[in-house]
Parts: sequence; C-alpha cells; structure tokens
Amino acid sequence: MNIHEYQAKDLFRKFNIATSEGEVFENETEAEKYAKSLNANEFVVKAQIHAGGRGKAGGVKLVRTPSEVKKTVKDMLGMTLVTHQTGPEGKVVNKVYVEAASSIKKEYYLSFVTDRSSEKNVIIASSQGGVDIEKVAEETPEKLLAQPIDPVVGIQSFHVRNIGYFLGLNSPQTKQLNGILIGMYNLFTKMDCALVEVNPLILTEEDDIKALDAKVNFDDNAAFRHKEYSELHDPREEEPSELEAKKWDISFVKLSGNIGCLVNGAGLAMATMDIIKYHGAEPANFLDVGGGASVEQVTQAFKMILSDKNVKAILVNIFGGIMKCDTIADGIITAAKEVSIKVPLVVRLEGTNVELGKKMLVESGLNITTASTMKEAASTVVSLI
Amino acid sequence: MSILVDNNTKLIVQGITGSQGLFHAIQCRDYGTNVVGGVTPGKGGTKVESFDVFNSVSEARRETGANTSLIFVPAPFAPDAILEAVDADIDIIICITEGIPTNDMINVKKVIDCSSSVLIGPNCPGIITPGQAKVGIMPGYIHKEGRIGVISRSGTLTYEAVWQLTQLGIGQSSCVGIGGDPIIGSSFTDILNLFQEDKDTDAVIMIGEIGGTSEQEAGLWIKDNFTKPVVAFIAGATAPKGKRMGHAGAIISGSSGSAKEKKELLESVGVKVSPSPAEMGETLLSLL
Repeated sequence: MNIHEYQAKDLFRKFNIATSEGEVFENETEAEKYAKSLNANEFVVKAQIHAGGRGKAGGVKLVRTPSEVKKTVKDMLGMTLVTHQTGPEGKVVNKVYVEAASSIKKEYYLSFVTDRSSEKNVIIASSQGGVDIEKVAEETPEKLLAQPIDPVVGIQSFHVRNIGYFLGLNSPQTKQLNGILIGMYNLFTKMDCALVEVNPLILTEEDDIKALDAKVNFDDNAAFRHKEYSELHDPREEEPSELEAKKWDISFVKLSGNIGCLVNGAGLAMATMDIIKYHGAEPANFLDVGGGASVEQVTQAFKMILSDKNVKAILVNIFGGIMKCDTIADGIITAAKEVSIKVPLVVRLEGTNVELGKKMLVESGLNITTASTMKEAASTVVSLI
Repeated sequence: MSILVDNNTKLIVQGITGSQGLFHAIQCRDYGTNVVGGVTPGKGGTKVESFDVFNSVSEARRETGANTSLIFVPAPFAPDAILEAVDADIDIIICITEGIPTNDMINVKKVIDCSSSVLIGPNCPGIITPGQAKVGIMPGYIHKEGRIGVISRSGTLTYEAVWQLTQLGIGQSSCVGIGGDPIIGSSFTDILNLFQEDKDTDAVIMIGEIGGTSEQEAGLWIKDNFTKPVVAFIAGATAPKGKRMGHAGAIISGSSGSAKEKKELLESVGVKVSPSPAEMGETLLSLL
C-alpha cells in the first residue's frame, strides 16, 4: 500500500527523521497564508499523487513569494499529472504540499527495503541522489551500496559508519546520518513497511542533512496489526475496479487488451494471460478469484470484467482440483444469467466431476464454448474476437 | 524413494479444529497419509473426526512420534505456529497460510536457518509424493506415481503442470509447492538439491513467476551442480511492471524480476523453457 509524500513526512517527524517543515492543502488561500507564516525566500509546491517522476511532469515547482504559492497551488489542484509511473491516463491532483525551499549543496539516496535473496532488510545508499535510482543500479552499480541488517541485532553503528564513508560524509555529518538511519529503521520495522525511501537526502549549505522527499509503502499483509493503514489509505489514488475487487477478496489488475480472464489461483491467472498473448491477442485483466470461488465472487468477477468496454470475449480457466466442477459450472451459469454476458464466453474446467460440469454449461442455453485444455481454450477465445 | 514426504511421514495438522485444517486433514488421510493427530491450543485431549487433538506441538510429537507438521493457522498466529514446530524438533514443517507479514518471515527464516527443521512455504499448496503421502491442499487424483520432480511457486499452475504430465502418462516422484511469498522457507535451489540426490527422480519441472531472483539463483546453481534435465515455465510475461499479481511475491520491481530476464538466464544454463503454459508436459516429454 502506498501513501502520499505529506503522510510519509508526518511519519518521518514522528520517527525523528530530519525533514523540512511543511503542510498539505486542498485550498490555495490557506496555502498562501501558510507560506507567509514560513518567512522564507523560496517555497516548494508539490503535487500529491502516488507516482514518481512528478518534477518532470510539472508537479513540483519552486516559487519566490506567497502569492506565487497561491497561484501555483490553484493551478495544480485538479490538474492531471502524467508521469512515467502513472500510465497515459495520468492522475488527478487532489492535494498539494508546501514547504520552505532548502539550499542544496549535495544530494544522496537512501532507502530501506527487503532483499529477497539475502532474506534480510537492507539499507540502499548512493551518492547519486535526486535521480532515477534504477538507472544508477543498471548503469553504475558501483555507486550503490547495499548494507544488509541482521534481524537478530537490528541496525548497528558500523552500518552507519559504512554508509557515511561510502557517501563521503565527515564525522559531524555522519552523526546526523546516524539519527536519520535509526529513525528510518524504526519506521520500517515498527510500521511494517515494504519501502522507506528518501530521494534525495540532502546536505544543505548550512551543513544539515535532511530528507527532501519521502516515500513509504506498507506491507499489505501487516494490515491486521496496523489500524493506521486504513486512515492513511487514499482510495482516490487507486484504480476503481481494483478497489472494488478488494472488497470481494478478488485479485484484479486492469490491463489494456480485449480478452477478459477469470481464473482461480495467481500463477494460473498469470499463465492464462501469457497464453492469450502467445496465441496472438492481449489480456484485458489479471483476475484471481481465489481457491474456493463462490457464486457471489464469480458473479462479481464477471461484472468487473464486463465493466471494461474493451472486452470482446471472456476466457474462464478454472482448475478446480478439490472443488467440484459442477459447483463451479453452477456458479458460472448463475452469474452469467445475472449479468447477461453478450460477448463470447469460453470456459475451460478441470477437476472433480468435470464431465458433469461441462454438460451443465452446454445445456444451460447460454452462449458458452467449452474447452478441455488451456491450449484449446486460448486458441478458441482468440479466434472469437 | 522421493523427497520430504513418503510412507514414513507421521503427520500432525496445526489448526486441525479449524474448517480448512479439518477438511484437509481428512483429505490427506483419505489419500493414505499417516495423519497421527492435530494441535489446537486449549482443545487438547479431545477428538475431532477421530483425530487426537493435542494442546502443543511438543506434546503431539511426544505422544505420536510425529515428524511432519502441516499448518493452517491464520496469518497473525502462523509465525508462532511455525516457531513452535521448530522448537518441538519437527523435521518437515509445511505452512499453507497466506498473508504472513514479511518482517515476521524474516525472523522466522533466521530461526529455521539455525535449526535442523525444513520449512516449506508459507502461502503454498504443500508437498505430495504420489502413492505415498499427500501433505497439502492439492487434489490427489491428478497425480501419478513416477519419476519426475515438480517444484513451483504457485498452486493451481502446479496442478496444471502435473495434470499435463499425468495425461501424457508421465508420473511424478514428488511435487513441492514452495510458495508465492517474498520470503519462503525453502527455495528452488534447496529443493533441486534434494531432487539431485534422489535416485528415483529423473528430471524436474520448475515453475517460476515474476518477482525476485530465486529462479536466476537456481539457474546458476543448476549450471554447476544439477545433472538431470530441467524444464521451466515462468508465469507473468504479460504482467505490467510494479503491479502485484495476486501473490505477495509476484511483482516486477525496477528492471529485476521480469519473466524475460528469468527465461533468458535459465536458457543460458541449459534449462528447456516451455514457450506456453499448455506445453510444460510436452516439453518435458521431449527431453526424456
């Protein structure tokens, strides 16, 4: 789960990670009033959306006066930002963050993330801050340091020293870094984060080290012990169909093709998308109804697939396993009747009572083509669009 | 022969009085697995569907000689259940539970690494050695006794692969679902190592997916250590970057973890990559 920069910076303050004072606004007059109270020579106005690359897209502006703050906030509110992470449709700006500008002497990169290979949380540091860190990793990996943290002992002084030396910091600067790293570590572990990222971390003309930007992602699996996740969640930032899917315990990701997919199991759902592509068409979505798909879930899944006007045909691929195929067929028939499917529907069923299930589908009077294998199902559905 | 579970498996089910735990305990027993009891704290001394219920794993082990545990405990309590099984010296621990926080699994994995227990999962379908023992949630009837090992990060896609093999008349030695989470007890490499040593396994199908680098690590290990033919399929070639595809671990972050990258590395070390998920069985047949 992602949160906004302003929320991440609130958490930074709570965990004593040095960052600038700032506030978030949905109204330009309030923003101007706040800018006046800051008594600064320059201000940064930042659009709050869940995507990187805001600067290049015009979502981060440096301005000189409170009245310019007012004008910029007004312009940004309601605008649609298109960055390399938003997709072509972009994201609407509902909130804008204002802070006093900092004098930047040098920029660095710092993050905490789980490293799956070493099975530890690691600190990633680089002297190349403020740029696309993935590019740094690809082109100049020697400018990146990954410092693993043993879960038994947590963050240690030598971790901080290693990073301080790597970034070329002097002793007083490393002391400041120490506070920032300990704060980030506590935030990462106590709040069950999937990512805590500062890009850039800056050294100011006054020799202060602080976080100029802040990005925090949470581990969705830890939501049961963090009530605050739901308070920080901004549903406006999510694809509405994906949000709806979550309510029904369905995994759904909207894609740009025209063959809707309804599958049980994440791996099989991905493989179903792949085989559609392999047969020359494009999937309209990823959809996993879970292991024990109920009639309600299947109905809801059809509704979500059909709400996408690009969908020209639907492929249902269920490996029932322990679930009985006649139960699944019943679910498909009930759902198909309720939502009146007008596009071709190809169903591949496998599992206990498969013959009975197929017979029910054929005799339902619905426009359903059954298939015995994944290959047959995919080639059939592709031929129908 | 086979790996991890067989006729000598004495299984307990942690969470046996829950609906999933009980359903699958019965399914495992019906398949022929020696299910010696189950654990639910507070319900020790009772019986459910003629299974003996114990209060703790150590008590269950003492009373039954159990060497394997299958865990159906809900995510908030599953790390504790795994650690309890480690503490009771259970040899093989299989955790089906989905949704355990990553930070909890980092700690659990550290404990596992310092113990003699083997953990499979979490977020996995379990292990089956056809004809001997089913320790998991997979449908037993799709399997056939034979000499092909199967390793997978997915559930239903594994069933698909197994079904393709069985339809072609090719049986399996053991099928292991290692799980779809970012931090898991046993990796592809760990299980490949067991299949290398197993004289009754002739070849292996490994089913990976986007996210992480465990398939690449397995590929590099195969190059130097694995002498049997390997067929692979990687799910998620059409998955967009940065989106989680159902499994907590199935996400392409940055340039790392794409299906293309995984397929290329596996092909470079001599693994035969199945071009389509419908051809996993046929691809394997072509190597025999």
